[in-house]
Amino acid sequence: MPKEPHVRVPKIARKGEVVPIKTKIDHPMETGWRKGKDGTPVPRNRINRFVCAFNGEEVFKSDFDAGVAADPYLAFFVKVEESGAFEFTWVEDEGRTFTRSASILVT
Amino acid sequence: MTRDATGNATISRRRILLAAVGMVASVISDLLPRPVDASPREAKKHLAELTGGAPAKKGRVTVTLPKITDQAAWVPITIAVESPMTEDDHVTAVHILAERNTVPQVATYYLGPANGKAEISTRIRVKKSQIIIAAAVMSDGSIFVGKARSKIVSGTGGCG
Repeated sequence: MPKEPHVRVPKIARKGEVVPIKTKIDHPMETGWRKGKDGTPVPRNRINRFVCAFNGEEVFKSDFDAGVAADPYLAFFVKVEESGAFEFTWVEDEGRTFTRSASILVT
Repeated sequence: MTRDATGNATISRRRILLAAVGMVASVISDLLPRPVDASPREAKKHLAELTGGAPAKKGRVTVTLPKITDQAAWVPITIAVESPMTEDDHVTAVHILAERNTVPQVATYYLGPANGKAEISTRIRVKKSQIIIAAAVMSDGSIFVGKARSKIVSGTGGCG
């Protein structure tokens, strides 16, 4: 079971500023090709989708394939025009979703 | 192995049969499907599928990778695309492909004017020394491709 995802969002920003956002979720990202200690393949289980929404509007999304390293780290930029909350969602192959939110004050 | 009355080593027929069965079993297990590495040609095909076959141009995409690393399962990568990121002219998607991984697709990122800056950092698995391709799809449909090379020095690759 992954722990709570890590998210770094600046607390305050100027109107129209492009703010850096860093996210990381603890997840093994099993490809399904690796063999466990007993020789049987470890079943595939990885994060396949990441969505970032700001005030309910989708601003960034991503599809992950096998090449993304374990504990996927992702940094990107978002231009903020008003105060609000970011909502981050990770979707796993097994259907579980992990969410985390962070608010930003725009002056 | 046992020794007979004269002291010579002998191998019983049962042992030979068992050894033969073991060899056949190991050969069969080698023939079973296992992840095969992709080739640069396959990566090109995947890229054409992802981008709809539009001709890819060079430039505007900068891929930053460590030139040499021994952490193949954990290679930091930064992709920066030169774009004003306005309503009329922005990056809509960025694809990362690793030519010689088991599956060439690494990830796809969907961007828009709300991002303000087309730059993404992440960590990828790189199976062996190879070229990593980043393709940016612009809002007008044109495609720009950037490449970078990373050398993997340890024997163990990333399992991607």
